[in-house]
Amino acid sequence: MRGPAFLESLEAAVPGGVVGTNLEALDPWVEVAPGAIADVCRWLHDAPETGFDSLQCITAVDWFEADPKKAAKAGWEPHLELVYHLWSTAARVSLVLKSKLPRWKDEVQGQPPEVPSVVGVWRTADWHEREVFDLSGVVFVGHPDLRRILCPEDWEGYPLRKDYEMPLDYHGIRGR
Amino acid sequence: MSQVIDDDPRIIEFDVRTDEMLVNMGPQHPSTHGVLRLVLRTDGEIVSEIEPHIGYLHRCAEKIGENVSARQFIPYTDRMDYLAAMNMNLGWSLAVEKLMGLQVTEKARHLRVLISEFSRIASHLVGMGAYGLDLGTFSPFLYAFREREKILDLFEEACGARLTYSYITVGGLTADLPPGWLARCEAFLDQFEPVIREYHTLLTTNAIFVKRTAGIGVLSPEMAINYGCSGPVLRGSGVDQDMRRDGESIYTAMYDGYAFEVAVMKNGHYPQDHVYPAVPADAVLGDCWHRFFVRMLEVVQSMDLVRQAIDRYSACSGPLGEPVKVAEKLPKGDVYLETECPKGQMGFYLVGDGTAIPWRVRARSSSFSNLSVLAELCHGCLIADVPAIVGSLDIVMGEIDR
Repeated sequence: MRGPAFLESLEAAVPGGVVGTNLEALDPWVEVAPGAIADVCRWLHDAPETGFDSLQCITAVDWFEADPKKAAKAGWEPHLELVYHLWSTAARVSLVLKSKLPRWKDEVQGQPPEVPSVVGVWRTADWHEREVFDLSGVVFVGHPDLRRILCPEDWEGYPLRKDYEMPLDYHGIRGR
Repeated sequence: MSQVIDDDPRIIEFDVRTDEMLVNMGPQHPSTHGVLRLVLRTDGEIVSEIEPHIGYLHRCAEKIGENVSARQFIPYTDRMDYLAAMNMNLGWSLAVEKLMGLQVTEKARHLRVLISEFSRIASHLVGMGAYGLDLGTFSPFLYAFREREKILDLFEEACGARLTYSYITVGGLTADLPPGWLARCEAFLDQFEPVIREYHTLLTTNAIFVKRTAGIGVLSPEMAINYGCSGPVLRGSGVDQDMRRDGESIYTAMYDGYAFEVAVMKNGHYPQDHVYPAVPADAVLGDCWHRFFVRMLEVVQSMDLVRQAIDRYSACSGPLGEPVKVAEKLPKGDVYLETECPKGQMGFYLVGDGTAIPWRVRARSSSFSNLSVLAELCHGCLIADVPAIVGSLDIVMGEIDR
């Protein structure tokens, strides 16, 4: 990352997009409001001072602890974190974007939260978003073809959620 | 009609009216490199749409990673790109070392370069041999596997395994090389060097091979970057990027003092450090031939690097260092690291929460992104070109499905 200078221009271009930064971490990151993620990415891709023309990876981290004793000591409220790793081919620098989502939309168990899709910015996001949807349960609004990619189409639940339980039976195959 | 056939075989297809047909290729099709299923929408011989279906090898490696310690995860990385398991071990080890703030000894560093570059040769040999098979020539496969077998024998001597090594590990390597290994390695390199010329005769300059690959499946640099392509697929399109040179300092420091030139076409020509065959007249930058040729250049480049590593490694007098304990605690925090694997840039993201077991493990697969461009590449090509394009991407399903 080339220092925080671009953050001011970003703030001006997408007001309220950046909600926090951590520039001391091993991989410095910028926290983005979930609703603004597509606009922020579009700006970072297009603006000449950043030019992040490539998306390396999208990850969803589930911050949830089932054990109430451990959860009390965890120091965070249960939430889902989306992590975007960006890369600029010309400048050879990377940038990490993070965004906090609720674990379930409107607190309804089983209803995945929604976030704008970035397929329009980087085509590679197509498969990456499908994978996050499949395994972590995040709905990307505006994705052209959001379906499961690694699990079978009729699979239930999101395996990378911390409270996921293997099904007892899948088409006659014992699960656990 | 006859003059139309002479011009372009594709044009006649539009003369003869045919129905649209869905053709299923795979998951057991031999040229899909594992268990990849492609659904082709065809109009005669022309593919109008292609839809890859993946996930047949999905083992939820990321979930497994949340249940074992960082060192215990090493064998699972072996099973991602099983043709270059050493490079997978290295990628994961470096990511964990980055989080822990560890630095390996000088001797371990040179041994890691030696082993991972050697593994790159083995992986590219499979890519080359299997590509020949895809295009209907059997013999290059035998020549490639003959040499790869010798590399596997050397790896077996070093760590006891032929495919899933778990040799490079967090904090160093599991063992030092056995006595006499370096001499045998050098003997292999001396014997292997002239063989590469045979490969060029068999495939690179072979008239049929050139006809099947030159100008087929052209991937523009913009599209390659937009689709997150990496490795030989990206460099085959003329984008000058190699993580060994451009990556993060913890990774590039490994190659400090090593001389190598990134295998990419710059100003109309490839690196001139060795004598290579000329680029055929029909080849277009970004086509199947160029992707294949970049791999062949990297075989020679890796051979040079292995030779340099042998010299540096044998000059090291210090200890190799001990790997970390199996239940070594991880600090809080998250790191992401990409390394240049034979197939492309393999990234590992890991979140530590203060215990020995990572909170989250993420593997960014290079083949996954490389394969996602297939639908775009195959649009409007001939059915017979589909195996040529899939083979030129050199994917491995274990890494895509994880």
